[in-house]
Amino acid sequence: MANKYKEILIDPILKNNPITLQVLGICSALAVTTKMETAVVMALSVTLVTAFSSYFVSLIRNHIPSSVRILVEMTIIASLVIIADQLIKAYAYNISKQLSVYVGLIITNCIVMGRTEGYALKNPPVESFLDGIGNGMGYAVILLTVGFLRELLGAGKFFGITILPLTTDGGWYQANGLMLLAPSAFFLIAMFIWVLRTFYPEQVEEE
Amino acid sequence: MSNDSTKKTLLVALVVCFVASILVSTAAVELKPVQTLNKELDLKKNILSAGDLYHEGIDINSVFKEKLKAQIIDLETGEVIPESKYDDVLNIEKFNVETIASSPKWGKSIPASNDIAGIKRMPKAMAIYTVIGDSDKVDKYIFPIYGKGLWSTLYGFIAVDKDLKTVKGFTFYQHGETPGLGGEVDNPKWKSSWIGKQLFDQNGELKIEVIKGKSDRNSDNAKYQIDGLSGATLTTRGVNNLVRFWLDKNGYGPFLNKLKGKNNG
Repeated sequence: MANKYKEILIDPILKNNPITLQVLGICSALAVTTKMETAVVMALSVTLVTAFSSYFVSLIRNHIPSSVRILVEMTIIASLVIIADQLIKAYAYNISKQLSVYVGLIITNCIVMGRTEGYALKNPPVESFLDGIGNGMGYAVILLTVGFLRELLGAGKFFGITILPLTTDGGWYQANGLMLLAPSAFFLIAMFIWVLRTFYPEQVEEE
Repeated sequence: MSNDSTKKTLLVALVVCFVASILVSTAAVELKPVQTLNKELDLKKNILSAGDLYHEGIDINSVFKEKLKAQIIDLETGEVIPESKYDDVLNIEKFNVETIASSPKWGKSIPASNDIAGIKRMPKAMAIYTVIGDSDKVDKYIFPIYGKGLWSTLYGFIAVDKDLKTVKGFTFYQHGETPGLGGEVDNPKWKSSWIGKQLFDQNGELKIEVIKGKSDRNSDNAKYQIDGLSGATLTTRGVNNLVRFWLDKNGYGPFLNKLKGKNNG
């Protein structure tokens, strides 16, 4: 039993990662990864929203009429996102300024919807909750890796602390401006997928 | 009752919406005071940092009260508006340029030919903050400024020395420019490059400008010029326009002229 929970939790991190394998949630992965700080807050919010919306959907899964199931899921997700947004605004004001609309856009993050629709509707609450946490962590791994590389190569910083002194500030590192633009996240995510599929060859799609 | 019957569908939808709306409204109402406080504090922090009064760990509210005098001025005449004329919209305690600019009484639209800052409507009155230095003398003035950049409207402050010519501080507190490119308006190094620049020439003409690329340090104009941000031509142009708009005759010009007259006489 314990093994099963562990599997639900750990699997989505690398083996069944929502971004690299299911290719969900790419949009926000491009937008909020220019800095570690925003990436961390975003990853955390998505993880919690996914986990709790999966949990609540699963709780009432036997009562949801199939004709309105998507609406019910969306209502639950949207409410949780608004609450998360309000909390961030209240307790992490500076970060909320940087994340701006993207917290609200968690609603449209395909991972949340995908997990409630694909998993929570058919599974018990605890498993669904863990599945949400697991998938959120899978999302977090990508966000943090991409955020780390983009902030380091693009701005020479890590969590806002200068690691590579920039030429513009009298240092030696010539910042790579491309890293701060959204397309660089595509390259980084693609490379991540490449590396991952080298280690898990079974993820490679058949031609 | 079958799950797919109309009755059950309606019931589930209603219950879910009801519970969700209670949760959302509770969160919104409960957290509102903390959020408003955050916003006010952030604004004050930015005013203080424009006036070079902010350091990590100070009590923002008490320093703000102690060192700054906040007033509202009529932009056209340059006169201070007395507190007796304050109303719901125009009030120094909750001064918000957006609400004031859009109000019929205190806002006005800007003719397109004058609207270099790209803001369409502007307040007829603006809040200004006077920094009181030692022995109760005016040390500098802090003016709110705003205007369009590339993607967003930039909101900020410019601090001007008591000589009414020298820039003493410059900061934006809200914008949505590209991080790393236009977003570099937040770069402390760039912001500090404004300090010491001259706004007006000998004849009182507005001369300050943000130029594309680097200014020639040896030229006579260098003291009026700020280097643009590389990779952010349009943001730079926007900043240039909004600064020039607000310091000119449509903005704080009348107020500055009035003060100058006082200083000379």
